[in-house]
Amino acid sequence: MSGNEVLLEVDDLKKHFKVNQGWIASLVESFGRGEPDYVHAVDGVSFELREGETLGLAGESGCGKTTTGMSLVKLHDPTAGDIVYDDTRLSEASDAEIKQFRQNAQMIFQDPFESLNPRMTVYDTVAEPLRIHDIRNETARVQRALEFAELLPAEHYFDQYPHELSGGQRQRVAIARALVLDPDFIVADEPVSMLDVSLRAGVLSLLDRMTDEFGLSVVYISHDLSLLRHMCDRLAIMYMGKIVEKGPTDQIIENPQHPYTQALINAVPVPDPAVGRERVELQGEVGDVIDIPTGCRFKNRCSEYIGDVCDQVVPPLEAKTDFEQDVACHLYDSAEGYDPYQEMTGSPSAAETGDEPESTPADD
Amino acid sequence: MAQEEQSTRSIYTDLDDASTDEEINKWERTFRLWRETLKEHWGMLTDELSVKLSMLTVAGFMIIAIFAPFIATHQPLQRQFQGDAGIIQDKWAEPSLLGGDTEYLLGTTAEGFDIFSQLVYGTRAALLVGLIAAFFTAGIGTLVGLVAGYYGGKVDDALMRIVDFLYGMPLLPTVIVLVAVLGPDLWNIILALIILQWRSTARVIRSQSLSLRERPFVKAAEVAGAGDWHIISRHLAPNVLPMTFLYGSFGIAWAILAEAGISFIGLGDPNTVSWGTMLQASRAYSALSFGAWWWFVPPGICIGLLVISGFLIGRGYEEITNPKIQ
Repeated sequence: MSGNEVLLEVDDLKKHFKVNQGWIASLVESFGRGEPDYVHAVDGVSFELREGETLGLAGESGCGKTTTGMSLVKLHDPTAGDIVYDDTRLSEASDAEIKQFRQNAQMIFQDPFESLNPRMTVYDTVAEPLRIHDIRNETARVQRALEFAELLPAEHYFDQYPHELSGGQRQRVAIARALVLDPDFIVADEPVSMLDVSLRAGVLSLLDRMTDEFGLSVVYISHDLSLLRHMCDRLAIMYMGKIVEKGPTDQIIENPQHPYTQALINAVPVPDPAVGRERVELQGEVGDVIDIPTGCRFKNRCSEYIGDVCDQVVPPLEAKTDFEQDVACHLYDSAEGYDPYQEMTGSPSAAETGDEPESTPADD
Repeated sequence: MAQEEQSTRSIYTDLDDASTDEEINKWERTFRLWRETLKEHWGMLTDELSVKLSMLTVAGFMIIAIFAPFIATHQPLQRQFQGDAGIIQDKWAEPSLLGGDTEYLLGTTAEGFDIFSQLVYGTRAALLVGLIAAFFTAGIGTLVGLVAGYYGGKVDDALMRIVDFLYGMPLLPTVIVLVAVLGPDLWNIILALIILQWRSTARVIRSQSLSLRERPFVKAAEVAGAGDWHIISRHLAPNVLPMTFLYGSFGIAWAILAEAGISFIGLGDPNTVSWGTMLQASRAYSALSFGAWWWFVPPGICIGLLVISGFLIGRGYEEITNPKIQ
């Protein structure tokens, strides 16, 4: 993984979904109070993906990691922000450039029972992207892709339907389909979470080989931190549509800084009863993604809540003075001298450093 | 972008140069896969005795319809005359099966028509109406359902409001009005049935494609760059096709019943013999009170047989498409 060139740049990506309410309600609303409700699935995410790099997106259910992944392969059009691929902004790209992008961006889905068309044979499934893009040597390419995915002998699988295959075999077919176009990067959305534990290792080592031999960049989306630690060069932790911590995998796992990351890592079981560890248990539920709270989105569940600054100022994801990774939290000093207290609405001078910690998790 | 792609490693590099690799014969392969699928479905379908008998019945009626001119002993709408003098009409002749006149297998009507020949030619009308109406109702319904379900939004709203409007119209009265306006012709009856019957197919197919559209394999095709038509024809259509067949086979039975009903009311095509017009004529001449049961019982049995067969085949196919009801 030596390539350092930036392949894909995500720039303040936002994806909001309108809350569906039927046409009568929306008609009434257009005369009434105007603003419809939106689910803020992804709310300002920025990162970059370098060539040959594996990036992990982690977070609990509903934090927007899958929506981010789908936006990366243009399954969603972003509400705001943009994705830059190979110096092309996707929002301004021409049809030919989009086609080129489609050829180089692939996705592996979570559920191998749903991601293959039940009425298409393995051969047709894998050959479909080639037909769409008019690529020659269909048979040879399909065979090569299936062989790479360790479905041997490949000819044996050509005419089989998905219901004749096991979960692991299906996921291998899905991987072969993603690889057959020779893409530049792949988004893998929980690629092994639906598989039996006994099959996971095989599929994971296949994914590992894929990154090595193809020089692929991969974005892994998962809630399984131990898997991400095994697979990824860098990690980004998401919470309620925002990245709260981003940096090299080892740094984040061994030295997490954001209270949410700490809680996540603490939740991973350690197979050693002798390891004593400070338990940080998360209180409460994920906040409302329709009516976004002011300030820090994690404030209600945070064990390190430090008062008004958390309530009023959205912590930016920025480099901090003391460690390598970027963190979005007011607990740490900004490396670039950003002072969140200057943005507070009340008396800016009164709230200087070291506000007395109000340890009670506020419940508003 | 293309240059960069080549600089990275690829397991396909050698394939791009060597173009003479044997390709699988696509047509042969597609044909073989279709044959296998059909064989499998056929096997499941004919597994059940009732379905097998129904298929034999339908096949029997089809043979009768195709070879009607050879099977019928007389012209269906040619009055029969007694003796060589050609003066008196041969009315109410009893079936030769019951020891009546040897010339008429099922007797004659009050108008002097041969009932057996009418029955044979009536099969043609019934199957014509059933098959054509079913083909178009299933076809139009599937197409509308796929488009509405896939595109959603305004397209869906517009198409489904049309379907709602059609649902507001009762079948028989509307067909009667349409036929009264367009004229009593077999083709007009078929047209009226098609206009009113695609609604239910469209709704069911729409709901199916609504859920299919969100399935990951459709997303995967989108990621690969597939266009709308590609997704509709390759991913949605094959998955709703069993439902289309199901509604088609029910449609045959419904159309035959509706045609018989319309003809019975007296709006049938006067120049075509159908089972419905036979029943209507027997009622007009009060065959029941004259005790001439051989006039109205045979067409009634034929309608019943064909309709029940259609439903049983549909039912058998339903078990393939929806294994839960087995």
